[in-house]
Amino acid sequence: MSKNAIIAGLVVFVAAALFPFWFNIGGTNAAPEVELSAKAKAAKKCVLDKYDMRANHMTILNDWRTSVVRDSNRMYKSTNGKEFGMSLSTGENSCLGCHTDKAKFCDKCHTYASVAPYCWECHTDPKEVTQ
Amino acid sequence: MLEIAIKGSKKYWIWLGALLTVMAVAFAVYIDQFMNGLMITGMSRDVSWGFYIANFTFLVGVAAGGVMVVIPYYLHDYEKFHRITILGEFLAVASLIMCLMFIVADLGQPVRMLNVLLYPTPNSMLFWDMCVLNGYLFLNIVIGWKVLEAERNQIKPPGWTKPLIYLSIPFAIGIHTVTAYLYCGLPGRGFWLTAILAPRFLASAFAAGPSFLILLCYLVRRFTKFDPGWEAMQTLSKIVCYALIANVFFFLCEVFVVFYSKIPGHMAHIQYLFFGLHGHGALVPWMWTSMTLMFVAIGLLIVPAFRNNQTLLPFICIMVFIGTWIDKSLGMISGGFVPSPLHHVTEYIPTVKEVVISLGVLATGLLILTVLFKLAATVKEEVRG
Amino acid sequence: MKNSRKSFLKKSSRRSFLKAAGISAVAIGAAPAIKAVAVASGGGTTTALPAATPKAEALVAKRWGMVINTGKITDEVVESVVAACRNAHNIPDFDHKPDEKKYPNTRPSNKSQEIKWIWEEHYEHAFPEMEDEFLAEKFKSLPFLVTCNHCKNAPCVQACPTKATFKRPDGIVIMDFHRCIGCRFCMAACPYGSRSFNFRDARPFIDKINPEFPVRSKGVVEKCNLCAERLANGQQPACVEASEGAIVVGDLEDPASEVRVLLNENYAIRRKQELGTEPSVYYIM
Repeated sequence: MSKNAIIAGLVVFVAAALFPFWFNIGGTNAAPEVELSAKAKAAKKCVLDKYDMRANHMTILNDWRTSVVRDSNRMYKSTNGKEFGMSLSTGENSCLGCHTDKAKFCDKCHTYASVAPYCWECHTDPKEVTQ
Repeated sequence: MLEIAIKGSKKYWIWLGALLTVMAVAFAVYIDQFMNGLMITGMSRDVSWGFYIANFTFLVGVAAGGVMVVIPYYLHDYEKFHRITILGEFLAVASLIMCLMFIVADLGQPVRMLNVLLYPTPNSMLFWDMCVLNGYLFLNIVIGWKVLEAERNQIKPPGWTKPLIYLSIPFAIGIHTVTAYLYCGLPGRGFWLTAILAPRFLASAFAAGPSFLILLCYLVRRFTKFDPGWEAMQTLSKIVCYALIANVFFFLCEVFVVFYSKIPGHMAHIQYLFFGLHGHGALVPWMWTSMTLMFVAIGLLIVPAFRNNQTLLPFICIMVFIGTWIDKSLGMISGGFVPSPLHHVTEYIPTVKEVVISLGVLATGLLILTVLFKLAATVKEEVRG
Repeated sequence: MKNSRKSFLKKSSRRSFLKAAGISAVAIGAAPAIKAVAVASGGGTTTALPAATPKAEALVAKRWGMVINTGKITDEVVESVVAACRNAHNIPDFDHKPDEKKYPNTRPSNKSQEIKWIWEEHYEHAFPEMEDEFLAEKFKSLPFLVTCNHCKNAPCVQACPTKATFKRPDGIVIMDFHRCIGCRFCMAACPYGSRSFNFRDARPFIDKINPEFPVRSKGVVEKCNLCAERLANGQQPACVEASEGAIVVGDLEDPASEVRVLLNENYAIRRKQELGTEPSVYYIM
C-alpha cells in the first residue's frame, strides 16, 4: 500500500469518526426543558427525588415490572411515605397518571438524547388512546 | 491458515460471489421479517413452527452424522477414514452454524435471545439444546482447527485434543437426542410422543450426514487435488445403507403401532401426511416421494454392484438426502401440528419470503463449508506435495 | 544466532502478552456477567424492592380455578364473553378494518394467525378424545368456551427456556411479555391449543384500546392470564362478569368457595384429563 493511499484512508476514517461532532456544529442544541403537568406540580413528591429519578428511573421501571409481573406486588411505598401504583401508564397513581403529558415530559429528554425505549411498543399512553 | 481462503481460482470466487448474493437478498428479506414480524411466513396459530425449525431439525442430524467418521477412526483406528475425518468435522461446523441461524431466524424477539443464558431453565429442553449445540460447535471448531494445523506443520496434534475428540462423540449423539427430546416430551402432540423418535432421528441423521459427505467427497475430488479415498467413501455408503434401513424400519414400526392400535388421535397425523385429512392433503405427494426415494435408495445400496458403482453412487446419495430431508423436516413438523390439539386442520405451506430467508441461511452454510473444505484440501495438498 | 534469539524472544513475549490480555479480559468480564446472572436468576425481586406489596383490595387464592356451567352457555353469552375479554385486554380482531389515517399501508390480515384467549368450540373439538357415535344431539352443537386451563402441571411452563411463561404461587400460569423471546416452544407444548403468537404488530386491528392494559408487541406469545390485573384490583375476571353466571372463578383449595361448592354438587370434567396436566378449568355438563 502506497503512503498516499494510507494517508488518504486515514483522513477519510478520521472524518467519518468525527462525523457527529462536525455535523452538529452551529445548531442550537440547548438542554431540554421538561414541563411538569399541573398534577405533578401539585403532588410535589415523586417516587424518589428529582436527580435520583432522572438517573435511575430506568432501573426503577425494570424493578417495578419484575415485581408486578413475577411477584404480583403492585403497590410501592416510597421512602418519602407516598404510595404509588407500580405501573407506567395504568391508574391514577401510576407514572403517566400524574405526569399526564408524555410528549412534554418523557419525550423531551428522550428525543434530545436519541433514546427510544421500547416500552411504548406495548404500553399505551392513556392520553393518546382515550382521545 | 485462513490466508488459504482468500487465494482461489476464478470458479472459487464466482461460487463465493453467487453465495454472497443469495445471502444479501435473503438478509434484505430478513430485515422485512425483523421489522414487521413473522407474519411474512406461512406459519399460523395452529402450525406455530415451520420451514425454519424444519430445516433446523434436519441439519442437526447432518451435523450429528459427522460422528460416523469420527468413531471408526478415533475409537477403532480405522485407517481408511484418516483423510476424511476433517471433512466430517468441518461439515458438522457448517451445519451447526446453519442450525443456529435457523433458530435465530425463527425467533419472534431475536434481540432477547440472550435471555436463555441469563435465565437458565434446566427443565426446558430448548435450554439444553442451546448448550449442546454450541458446545459441539465449539468442540468441532477447536478440534478441526488444531488437527489441520498440526497436519500442516507435519507434527502430531497437541495432546489435549484427544479428550476433546472423545468428548465430541457423546456430544454428537447428544445434540440430536436433545433435539428429539424437544419433540418427544410434549404430552399434547401424539405424532411426536413416542420413545422411538430419538432413535429415528439418529438413524435418519446417520443416513443423511454421511450421504452428503460422500457427495462432498466427489466435489473435493473434482475441484481439488485432494482425494479422501474411494475406500472411505465405500465404507460411508455402507453406513448410509444400514442407517437408512433403520430409519425406514423405525418408521414402519410407528405405522404399525398407530394403525394396529387404531387410536384415532394418533392415526390422524399419519393419515394427514400420506392420505390427506378432511380434504387437506398438500403433503401427500411429498411424503410418498420421500418413501419411494428411500425405498429405492435402500434397494440400490444393498446391492454391492450398484453401491460400488462410482457413477451411480452420487445419485443414490442425492436420493437419500432428499428422501430423508422431506421425511425429517416437512413430514415431522407438519405431521406434528396437523391436526391441531383440537383436531382442526390448518395446513402449512412456506411463503416465498420464508424460503428466501432459508436459502440465505443455506448459502451462509455453504459459504462456510466451501471455505473450510478449501482449507482442508489445500493443507492436504501442500502436505502431500 | 543473535537474530534468532531476538526473534524467539519477540515470539514468546507476544504470545505471553496475548495470554495475559486474554485472561485479564475474561477476569474483567466475569464479575459483571456473574452479577447479571445472579440478579436475573434471583427469582425476580432485587434487593431494591422491600417496599413492594400487593394492593389491599386484591383477591387472593391458594389455587385459582374456573368452573364453567355449560348448561348456562348460550350463543349470546359466548359473544359477550369473547367481546369482554377482547376489550379488556386489547386483543385484536383481524376482521376489523384498520383506521387508514392512523395506520396507513397496513398489510392485510391473515385469519390463520389470529389471536384468541377464550373462544367457542363444539364438543368434538373441545373434547376430541371423547368421541362418541351416540352423543346426544343437543351436545353436538352446544357452544363450549375453551381457554387456557392454568394447569397444575403445565407443559408450557416446563418447556419455556427463559421462564417467560411461569406458574405463580397462586396457580395462575402467566406470561412475562418482557422476557419472551418468541420461540413458540410453549405453543408446541400446550395440549389444548390455548396460546397465540403475535405474528405482527396488531394495533391497527384493535377497535378501541383499553388504557388499563398494555397492547403486545410483535414476536411474543400470549394467552389468557385469568385477568390477573383485575384480580389484583379486587375485580372479577372479565369473562366472569360477562357470562351471566355461567363462569365462576375462585379458590379451588378453599372448601367454602363457590367453585368448590359447584364441584361438590355437580359432576364436572376437564379437558384431556388423561395427560396428567391437572387443568384448573372444570366443565359442568
